Amino acid sequence: MAIDTSGTGVFSEGRAKLSARTLRTDKWWLQPLIAFLALFSFIIYATWRAFEGAHYFLSPLISPFYSPCLTTKCVDGSSLLGHWASIGTISPALLILIFPLGFRMTCYYYRKTYYRSFWMSPPACAVAEPHAKYTGETRKPLILQNAHRYFFYAGLVFNVLLTIDAILSFRRPFVGGNIETYPGSVAQAHEVLKWGHMSIGTIVLLANATFLWLYSASCHTCRHTIGGRLRNFSKHPVRYKAWTIVSALNHKHQEFAWVSLVGVAFADIYVRTVSIHPLLNHYFF
Amino acid sequence: MARTLKLRIWRGNDEDGALQDVTVEGNNGEVVLDIIHRVQATQMGDLAVRWNCKAGKCGSCSMEINGKPRLACMTQISAYGDDEVITITPLRAFPVIKDLVTDVSFNYKKAMEVRAYEHPADLKPGEARMQQVDVERSQEFRKCIECFLCQDTCHVIRDHEENKKSFAGPRFFIRIAELDMHPLDTLRNRKQTAQSEHGLGMCNITKCCTEVCPEHIRITDNAIIPMKERVVDVKYDPLRWLGSVIRKRDGIL
Repeated sequence: MAIDTSGTGVFSEGRAKLSARTLRTDKWWLQPLIAFLALFSFIIYATWRAFEGAHYFLSPLISPFYSPCLTTKCVDGSSLLGHWASIGTISPALLILIFPLGFRMTCYYYRKTYYRSFWMSPPACAVAEPHAKYTGETRKPLILQNAHRYFFYAGLVFNVLLTIDAILSFRRPFVGGNIETYPGSVAQAHEVLKWGHMSIGTIVLLANATFLWLYSASCHTCRHTIGGRLRNFSKHPVRYKAWTIVSALNHKHQEFAWVSLVGVAFADIYVRTVSIHPLLNHYFF
Repeated sequence: MARTLKLRIWRGNDEDGALQDVTVEGNNGEVVLDIIHRVQATQMGDLAVRWNCKAGKCGSCSMEINGKPRLACMTQISAYGDDEVITITPLRAFPVIKDLVTDVSFNYKKAMEVRAYEHPADLKPGEARMQQVDVERSQEFRKCIECFLCQDTCHVIRDHEENKKSFAGPRFFIRIAELDMHPLDTLRNRKQTAQSEHGLGMCNITKCCTEVCPEHIRITDNAIIPMKERVVDVKYDPLRWLGSVIRKRDGIL
């Protein structure tokens, strides 16, 4: 049932009497629609993958959805930091995804995007929103958006781990053959990983880590922490210089947000594909 | 090149009104305000419109053109196709006085609620010094021409009249940010009052204010979000609070 907004907002007493919610003639609905479809698709895919609990590792490649793999259910060789928890048959991804999810959910750019495209508050500029009341981010649960900086710090830890994953992918298991044909166990094959090799997966993980660093470095909280909260730039020349660099990156935060989101999804799709069809992960050397 | 323009101009007052069709000559190179003046001179002698400089610097001719908040003096008619009907209405967030003129006194009331700059007591007039890097930051905010397009498009008050009591709006968030970032301003509770008195928490950063700003001030990125982060420093971040207690300062250097 549509919410009655007559007599409120642009239809309030005293304002220009117009019956249209907006008089915009451009395709104002297109951008929120595209954003909705893109984010909704990602949510569906990420949820399915998080619960799948399989096909996330082909030594030395690990999906970013499952790194770090911390539970006893993790497949051999996939636990960079060891096993921290036993959560039965539940997917290892569910233990860690709250942090990158929280970082994106509280991100200033994504907030703008989902407030517009999911909650239509407003759907576009100068287009009346279909809500009779509005309290913004002053009450629960939206006041929790103020925790963004803590998710940012957690995101940095994940960036470090995913960068390590990318560096570790410069190795090749059981050189001279495929890990599937190794006569011993997978764990033994993992132990004979040799450095100095590079596959398509290496590029995928490196690109993913790079995009994530750019997304984090361009973050508004990063900008604030590094120098934005200062009153006197002149007294802190190094932090001021760092702030100007982060500010330049911040101009592109929207682009980095999307590129890194696609990067994470693509890296996961790639690892899933090659974990099922290992020969597809072509080694350059 | 002369062309025939089809317009719909809203005419009325705070009680009633409607869009009226008008056909008028226009030339590429002219702006919407030129066309409104031609309509005024030839067809609607009593059409009310507020304007002054015709140079995008006084902020008087704010209105909505095809639904978008814009300055009429900075909107070229060449941006609209030959068959396109140009719809011109007053700002829809404020009460109408007559035709295209709205009552924007809400903004002046909000301006008065922002505490003015407070100079250090130990500095006499003429003794204050600021470095260029510190001046540059607030200069962006000083470009504001007070056209109130950002206030008009902000859905917090545009779509919710009842929020006008508790929400200052983007124009005044850049004023508060400018003062809070000022190295010499001695009033240190601007972050707290931004949240408690001026309604910063109501903003959900959908960036419409930035999109419509004719001075291209990055209102959301450079003023509102930095202020939100500063509010987190003093209200919502236990580690920052602890640090400020231990180091005995307000957390902002």
